[in-house]
Amino acid sequence: MNAPSNADSAQELLIRDLATDLTPVRRLRPPSVRTFSWLMIVAATAVILAMIADLSALGHRLAAAPDLWLAVTGSALTAILAAFAAFQLSLPDARRAWALLPLPATLLWIVASGFGCLRVWFVPATHAADLSEARDCLIFIIGLSVPLSALLIIMLRRGCPLQPGLTAATAGFAAAAAAATLLNFFHPFDAAATDLAVHVFAVSLVIAGNRALSGRLLSTNFRAAT
Amino acid sequence: MTTIPVDFPLEDGIFRFDPAYWRGRRSGSGSITDTEIAKRAMTKAVPDVTIAGADHRRSGLMAAAQAGDSAAYQTLLRDCIPVIKSVARRRRVDADRIDDVVQDVLLTIHRARHTYDPSRSFTAWLCVIADRRAIDLLRRTRRQDMREVHAPLAFESHADDEAADPLRGLAHADATGTVARALASLPARQREAVQHFVLEERSLADTSALTRRTKGSLKVNLHRALKALRSKMEFRE
Repeated sequence: MNAPSNADSAQELLIRDLATDLTPVRRLRPPSVRTFSWLMIVAATAVILAMIADLSALGHRLAAAPDLWLAVTGSALTAILAAFAAFQLSLPDARRAWALLPLPATLLWIVASGFGCLRVWFVPATHAADLSEARDCLIFIIGLSVPLSALLIIMLRRGCPLQPGLTAATAGFAAAAAAATLLNFFHPFDAAATDLAVHVFAVSLVIAGNRALSGRLLSTNFRAAT
Repeated sequence: MTTIPVDFPLEDGIFRFDPAYWRGRRSGSGSITDTEIAKRAMTKAVPDVTIAGADHRRSGLMAAAQAGDSAAYQTLLRDCIPVIKSVARRRRVDADRIDDVVQDVLLTIHRARHTYDPSRSFTAWLCVIADRRAIDLLRRTRRQDMREVHAPLAFESHADDEAADPLRGLAHADATGTVARALASLPARQREAVQHFVLEERSLADTSALTRRTKGSLKVNLHRALKALRSKMEFRE
């Protein structure tokens, strides 16, 4: 019979170490349930914002430009699907392709917002966002994305993502899309090209920021060291 | 007959839209509805009943481990090793690095054990984790290889600064002595960690195998040692 090698002994020791003082664990809830929990908090934020927003102006705007519903639906769906994808990616056996899940909704969001740009060109009386209003949009999206991202990252840390950067970026996308959806409460103008560009820039900034900062928080190596 | 998975196409499809995956539930004892995954996971020579049985047993052990059963957990982890090695070999990990993958995967299983759903195939769950860890190791190795340059001539002709400047050599010797004294004053485990990691530049896995200590314990000891050394050196300055 062969004597065990150093590696075998090390593995055996590791197994014993891991099994020593093994404590019962609470199983992680399914991604759908965890996504729902996060969306409930986003919905609560929406209710609070609705209380301070001019809802009649929003109603008039949506009635005058029904295609805006498409843009709102697109951004809301993007937030939901990206959050679900992020929770899927927080599982160790998740496939990278989950990150592609929000893309169809994103396409709808971008195309519908593009309609707003077209209307500005064809209907001269349309109120399009000027630069200062576009800057306000940028601040709103980033400002609201930070707490929503932080909450999402805290929830994702319950999982064990083996692709932390991708998971954090997808979470950032969910938070930014949710913030962009909630922005509609305070967005009394059509999406001009500059406005659309600012939205894209804000969302990209949130995704990049999440990937750079939160990816490390989700990394299993970092968590093991802390 | 063996029940080791050797052929597991891990990158098929993107979302796996097959109904068996989405159901992901067992229909009864001795059979798995995740049949496609399990079938691909095992050798053709092994009957499906054995495959399903082995997977079912592992799932049961993991469920027991989640409830805190230490003995079941040890049995499961030992049972995982051949599966992990098989996946690492399929990824063409070098033979001398396969044990690194095994250690990484065992630690990942430990950290991620709460994420496993016992109604799903354990073998499929394990194979994906092992595959990902093997890829991580290959990437790390590739990055390391890219940083290192094989230039024996340049190495041989490198100027010896200390020889050129005797004062600098003296200062260096003094500093080395100070470090050696500070190192000698450390507790044995911390000294051992610095010796292997820093001075001999061994990898975590090599040090773990050599000292028969866990990676976690080695990291903690190294961290404490560096902190102690830093404070000792600051004090002397």
